[in-house]
Amino acid sequence: MSKIHVSAVVNGEPIEYLCDPAHTLLDVLRDQLGLTGSKEGCGSGDCGACSVTIDGRLTCACLVLGAEVDGMSIGTIEGLAQGDQLHPLQKKFVEMAALQCGVCTPGVLVAAKALLDRNPDPSETEVRYWLAGNLCRCTGYDKIIRAVLDVAADMKETAR
Amino acid sequence: MAAANGAGRILAGGTDLLVQMRAGVVAPGAIVDVKRIAEMTTIVEELGGFRIGAAVSAAVIGEHERLAQAWPGVVEAVNLIGSKQVQGRASAGGNLCNASPAADSGPALVAAGAMLTIQGPKGRRDLPVEKLHAGPGRTTLEPGELIVSIVLPPRPARSGDAYLRLIPRTEMDIAVVGCGVSLAFEGDVCTSARVGLGAVAPTVLLVGDAASALIGSRLEPDAIARAAAACRAACRPIDDKRGTIAYRTKIAGVLLARATAIAAQRARSH
Amino acid sequence: MSARQFKVVGTRPNRPDGADKVTGRARFGADWNMPGQLTGRVLRSPHAHAVIESIDVSRAAALPGVKAVVTAADFGEQENRIVPAGEMQVNLRDVTRNVMAREKALYHGHAVAAVAATSDAIARDALKLIDVRYRVLPHVIDVDDAMKPDAPILHDHIRTEGVEPRPTVASNVAKRIDFAKGDVGKGFAAAEVTIERRFRTAPVHQGYIEPHACLASAAEDGQVQLWTTTQGHFQVRGFCSRLLGIETSQIRVMAAEIGGGFGGKTVVYLEPLAIRLSQKAGKPVKMVMTREEVFRASGPTSGSVMRVKLGATRDGRIVAADATFAFQAGAFPGSPVGPASMCSFACYDLDNIKVEGFDVVSNRPKVAAYRAPGAPISAWAVESTIDELAQELGIDPIDLRLRNAAREGTKTHYGPVFNRIGLVECLEAAKASAHYRSPLKPGAARGVAAGFWFNVGADSSAAAHVGEDGTVTVISGNPDIGGSRAALAMMAAEELGIPYDKVRPIIADTASIGFNFVTGGSRVTFANGLAIINSVREVIGECKRRAAKLWEVEPDAVVWENGEVKPASTNVGTFEPLSLAKLAASAGKTGGPINGHSQINAQGAGPGFGVHVVDVEVDKETGIVTILRYTSVQDVGTAIHPSYVEGQMQGGAAQGIGWALNEEYIYDRNGKLDNAGFLDYRMPVASDLPMIETIMVEVPNPTHPYGVRGVGEVPIVPPMAAIGSAIARATGVRMRDLPMSPPRLSAALDAASPRLAAE
Repeated sequence: MSKIHVSAVVNGEPIEYLCDPAHTLLDVLRDQLGLTGSKEGCGSGDCGACSVTIDGRLTCACLVLGAEVDGMSIGTIEGLAQGDQLHPLQKKFVEMAALQCGVCTPGVLVAAKALLDRNPDPSETEVRYWLAGNLCRCTGYDKIIRAVLDVAADMKETAR
Repeated sequence: MAAANGAGRILAGGTDLLVQMRAGVVAPGAIVDVKRIAEMTTIVEELGGFRIGAAVSAAVIGEHERLAQAWPGVVEAVNLIGSKQVQGRASAGGNLCNASPAADSGPALVAAGAMLTIQGPKGRRDLPVEKLHAGPGRTTLEPGELIVSIVLPPRPARSGDAYLRLIPRTEMDIAVVGCGVSLAFEGDVCTSARVGLGAVAPTVLLVGDAASALIGSRLEPDAIARAAAACRAACRPIDDKRGTIAYRTKIAGVLLARATAIAAQRARSH
Repeated sequence: MSARQFKVVGTRPNRPDGADKVTGRARFGADWNMPGQLTGRVLRSPHAHAVIESIDVSRAAALPGVKAVVTAADFGEQENRIVPAGEMQVNLRDVTRNVMAREKALYHGHAVAAVAATSDAIARDALKLIDVRYRVLPHVIDVDDAMKPDAPILHDHIRTEGVEPRPTVASNVAKRIDFAKGDVGKGFAAAEVTIERRFRTAPVHQGYIEPHACLASAAEDGQVQLWTTTQGHFQVRGFCSRLLGIETSQIRVMAAEIGGGFGGKTVVYLEPLAIRLSQKAGKPVKMVMTREEVFRASGPTSGSVMRVKLGATRDGRIVAADATFAFQAGAFPGSPVGPASMCSFACYDLDNIKVEGFDVVSNRPKVAAYRAPGAPISAWAVESTIDELAQELGIDPIDLRLRNAAREGTKTHYGPVFNRIGLVECLEAAKASAHYRSPLKPGAARGVAAGFWFNVGADSSAAAHVGEDGTVTVISGNPDIGGSRAALAMMAAEELGIPYDKVRPIIADTASIGFNFVTGGSRVTFANGLAIINSVREVIGECKRRAAKLWEVEPDAVVWENGEVKPASTNVGTFEPLSLAKLAASAGKTGGPINGHSQINAQGAGPGFGVHVVDVEVDKETGIVTILRYTSVQDVGTAIHPSYVEGQMQGGAAQGIGWALNEEYIYDRNGKLDNAGFLDYRMPVASDLPMIETIMVEVPNPTHPYGVRGVGEVPIVPPMAAIGSAIARATGVRMRDLPMSPPRLSAALDAASPRLAAE
């Protein structure tokens, strides 16, 4: 099959690529666009390490074909920091040791941001269920959940 | 699709198809993305009920407030399909067409009495959802046919539905057993009931005997016990990595009782 | 020692690799690429046990885009020789057969050939063109089946070691080991209560989220570069050197950031294949396992069958302990039954102990180390039995353990006498904890278990370089798997008396620092810490010599304080203190660059102990267990970076919870793993767990200048028995087989209910 032309916006930048019809969005991001922050832990949507947003909606890049996103806007971990400013979640994850090996971290951060964009004041249970699709084998989740709740609390404080 | 000569695949959310492609289970000659077909990607209220496009994602279904109010059991079933990431893509239509007997949407839609609108080369037809599955991974759809939408009937007064599944973890698992219950009452008396069971047979089951045990009762313990027994009797499960025959059979009864209680509670407050 | 006041140690600074890891910038195994690289793929056996009669690769090699194909014929025979690999011992003859099957395929998923091609799609197509003729043999999966006299034999050359007289017929039992202390016969004769129980565990996988991945580039002059995700790039170099016949100096291995290992990345799978393919193709070759391959062909740890017998007096003194542990090793000998046997009763100061262990091969992937290899398995059996004894005697489970706890001076059944250890302190802290003193929620129950791991030291090399502005780079050679870089930089800053952010740690490749043993045995913060402290002390000594030279005084007339050289007293003269920056600026005049180096074989790793407390609730209709509250108590020596110590205690507990409740390898009738994916290999997800509370007990290790003990492995040892005991106390049903999954627990509850009803 011949390649498919796709125009999309990735982390705010318009981008074009030619895509093998069988390649996933994750293949495209990592191998063609050089955005290796999204990780492949399973390739079946069970680990969340490749979490991205498509038009603001959280999904796994391994479950989307590269050819599907024509005209859409993709958000990846590489788009989370603004210039030289880390996103509050990124900052808090480092400060609170919410990562050990760090391979699940990009996916967790993208998912956590999607949660806080939707629900700025989640309960612990809501954070745990929202992040249930992001496997972490190192931390036991404790410090991840605390960091997300802490950022939410800070946001509430700032909003006051 | 016709041009692909049977090797074509419909792409809705892709959460099953892409995994199968990657595992080498399927190698489609053509993939048709249906997410740009308007009637397949919208939810409309129609004749007091709802018409849900077959490719509408679980996340969008979950965010539809009136739908969630009218058919909470159906919505909670659809919202149990995979993680938040998967829900951003996965559709009820795709979940049905994948034809897993363990699919979460199945028992709830069967209990709700949902109808499918099917488009094929010969035109449109309607099909009760419980007639869709022919066996694990197989549907009764003719070559070239696809599900366009899923129609939920109007919600009667004093009625309610619920879906429960058993999984070993709290999330991210395939149902070991799934049970959908939809009830309607006059006074305290159950006047109509439908029970759908998943993961206990080659296809999702509509358990008429369980419904019969509930209809006419006030959901007394005895009626619930008879309905649970009917569910257990209907089971034709297998032993596999997700559960044993004995366990699935037992759990079918447990979930019937629990889902019935929730559906009844919802009916009373409806 | 505990009186020592630290400035940096014990604080919680940001880790040096933090920004890279939260932005996606950090490069893990699969994130390395080279121009012109090929993709490598592995053909794997579809049979659990089969003779490989022939392999014809000609059609694959002829496929356009295929640049190289390798089979066992491309790897030389290896001698029957045991070498250390992480916390396990491996035989090179077996390693070469594990990376590429030779005479036989020994498990479903065993590598039989590999290709390198210009695209992944071509590589996958090429695998389908390799023609392998198998003669399928009967297979055996479970350890007790493999021990039967009529079991299918995996290796005709194996005669059970450790049995007198040496057997003359082949067996799947590769080895018998035993340990003894005192006289168990006499002990049991004196016992007022005797309990004997049998247990089983299922194999479980380490479950790191990052699959194995590497990129190899072999040049025409024989030099090889390799980027890989590993717990020990020196170990990878060593294996590749031996398996491929390349001198170590010709192979340079760069450790990528590692996405979890837990022991599973201490051996080689892809690396020798990638190098050989690269040599044959003349181009770089990248190989990445799929998740399915990770489950089928790497890790896991052993399944087991076990028996434990305890004898005690009515007042709670354990007078005899006897156990048998049979561990499945996978396709080649080398299960962790040795450490399991040693750890089994290490928590207790007992007069009479007897332990017998069996190392058994079967048609499963060769086991790899998994966090405290073997210890969680034997602890499941021993600690569960201890809890039953506590119930039988009507003694609080912590009190029973305190009554029998190992202390300083306790002689273990495997030989060593404990130095200063902290088990008693952990038991007391657990007993005094808010958790243990809290009332139970109605219907809930509480379980307790203890755990032990040796901790190791071994070979480390390190260096400290002072830059021309006086800031410091510390160089070590162990992949950082959970924050060790931060701890090493903190110890260097502490020793130098300078701020943490003036020290940058890096992990050097195999050509840029001396040999380092793997990241394993909870050794890095301890052993590399020692090496870093030593190299920093060399820097300090050098600084003092330079200052003495500048001041024209004797070197012993100057002292190092708070990052500066000062005169030792006013008698020496009046000199402005010299900071590292000033010394660095004048280094050219005083003798050149200021660096320090250290190479050690670290001895005296302090043993680690932990005690876990868990509250559970059981849905008696479904068998579903909910973890309501969890507390991990551990003697951590000195917590250098407390957040990362807590992280180890929490992560280990979570892995143990998964092992207890849902994780297992499930095989079908054909010997094929039926759950080779995260969907059905059920590791805990965020919604499965509560917060994991931690209590760090600090009993400094007397053999480390800062009192460091390894902390990474102990926390996976107690959880299974703690949870099993809580379930037993909640339901009256004691589970003895892992995992305690809903179908199994439900069946056990149903089987017990007539009995319970009758009581």
